[in-house]
Amino acid sequence: MTPARDSGAGPNVLLGTRIRERRMAQDRRQSDVARAVGISPAYLNLIEHNRRPVSAELLEKLAAELQITPEELSEGREEVRIAALREAAAHPVAGDSPPELEQLAEFLARYPGWSELLIAQSRRAASLERQLVDMSDRMTQDPYLLTTMHEVLSAVTSVRSTAAILVEDGEVAPEWRDRFHANLHQDSQRLSVTAQSLVAYLDSFEAEGTAASPQEEVEAWLADGADPAIQLSSDAARQMAAGIGQRLARDRQMLPDQALLDGLRADRDVVALAARLDLPVDLVMRRIVDLQPEGFAGAGLLVCDASGMLTLRRAAKGFALPRPGDSCALWPLFQALAAPQVALAHHVVTTEGRAFATISHSSRRQPLGLHGPWLTEATMLMIPLDGPAPDDALPVGPACRICPRSDCVARREPSILVPQGPRTGL
Amino acid sequence: MQPDILMIEDEPNIAEAVRFILSRDGWQVDLHVDGAGGVEAISTRRPRLVILDLMLPNRSGAEILLDLRQAPDASLAATPVLMLTARGDTEAAEQADAVLAKPFDNDELRRLVRRLIRA
Repeated sequence: MTPARDSGAGPNVLLGTRIRERRMAQDRRQSDVARAVGISPAYLNLIEHNRRPVSAELLEKLAAELQITPEELSEGREEVRIAALREAAAHPVAGDSPPELEQLAEFLARYPGWSELLIAQSRRAASLERQLVDMSDRMTQDPYLLTTMHEVLSAVTSVRSTAAILVEDGEVAPEWRDRFHANLHQDSQRLSVTAQSLVAYLDSFEAEGTAASPQEEVEAWLADGADPAIQLSSDAARQMAAGIGQRLARDRQMLPDQALLDGLRADRDVVALAARLDLPVDLVMRRIVDLQPEGFAGAGLLVCDASGMLTLRRAAKGFALPRPGDSCALWPLFQALAAPQVALAHHVVTTEGRAFATISHSSRRQPLGLHGPWLTEATMLMIPLDGPAPDDALPVGPACRICPRSDCVARREPSILVPQGPRTGL
Repeated sequence: MQPDILMIEDEPNIAEAVRFILSRDGWQVDLHVDGAGGVEAISTRRPRLVILDLMLPNRSGAEILLDLRQAPDASLAATPVLMLTARGDTEAAEQADAVLAKPFDNDELRRLVRRLIRA
């Protein structure tokens, strides 16, 4: 079991103490809570006195039993709120006048009500931004929607012109009039069927978590642990998942769990570890994301080919991936394409203010021999960092269309999230 | 017989309405219902005006227009084209002589046809 993180900032904020305070605030007996989460009262007593570590699994159970989020229990309510305020402050809408970060704790203490409101509004805005992005993606890229809208437009055009002939063009011969009436009937039926299916389709936008494409379905399946028992919905998704599963199996054979854990205990430098084990750097990075060992919790992986097309996307915790086919030109992954066999280390910070350590590496191979084409593949490992972004962190986005960094030098197209025009202060 | 207008449109009810409207004004209208073979149809029938739908099966109106404008025969390449589009598709119809957004007003269609054939 993986031990849950504790801030360790002082006895008043220790995890066990917080569990005890929360339990007592709810007027619950130690034995009742212990029984509910499946441990002995004596063990809970040791935990509450900070004399035993708490596994992530047990933390989840305790949090659920005490009706609080694991994060609030683990990091403390105040720390979670400070992190939420810091996230709100990092939004580019702050522009040239960023809030006074050094006074966050004081602001929270003096104005708890205003702080709650600010956090709630910031989360609501983030949720609406996600919905807007999703709607925009569908409106601009969805082939079903484009085809259906074309169908509607064609039927409406026919109805309008035909009706105008019957109403405005004076005498129309009976055979033509009958023909146009039949056309109107046909087009009105077509419109009604298309409109119904369009409404049903637009309603499905509300269903959160619906995998929209085979790639997104596979990504969701990977994020859930790549359980082979889960049946994917399309042939394309099953084929992609099979390919990924085979590669994972080969990787695990070449670098078993224990060998990776032993290796990381001796050396946490991924590139040095790969050299010592005489294995490709990208394989070691894939295994780290597969196993998620201590120190790499929440790590994600992006893989692209020489065209920049992402061929594998396993999102790091807190890194919002854009729709398949979209990317940010500033991701270090793409720099690695230009420097094969050299590992590049960068810090990056997202538009939400979340920081990540990244290691990018690309390799080339010639599967058809000496005179065949070079195939280049780049891999980027992303490890979430706690706290504020390091000073050297490169501001990156998800993709131009949904990125609010209006003065980015790599911008390819306008953003739908912020008004266009000169702005500063990323 | 050389038609005044060749309409390339795959929606039969739109084609029927347009043909009726323009025939009443005295124009001879021929129809081609597929994107494939569009340029060949223009080349063979030599109309005075082409009414071209942007969204066609097999070959888009934009591709047909591009091929037409690059035809070695200068008089063929200069055939006036009225492009029917959805609003917002105007970029794809840049080389057309006029653009009419769907759904359109019948009088606006008549006016544009008169202008393009007399030009």
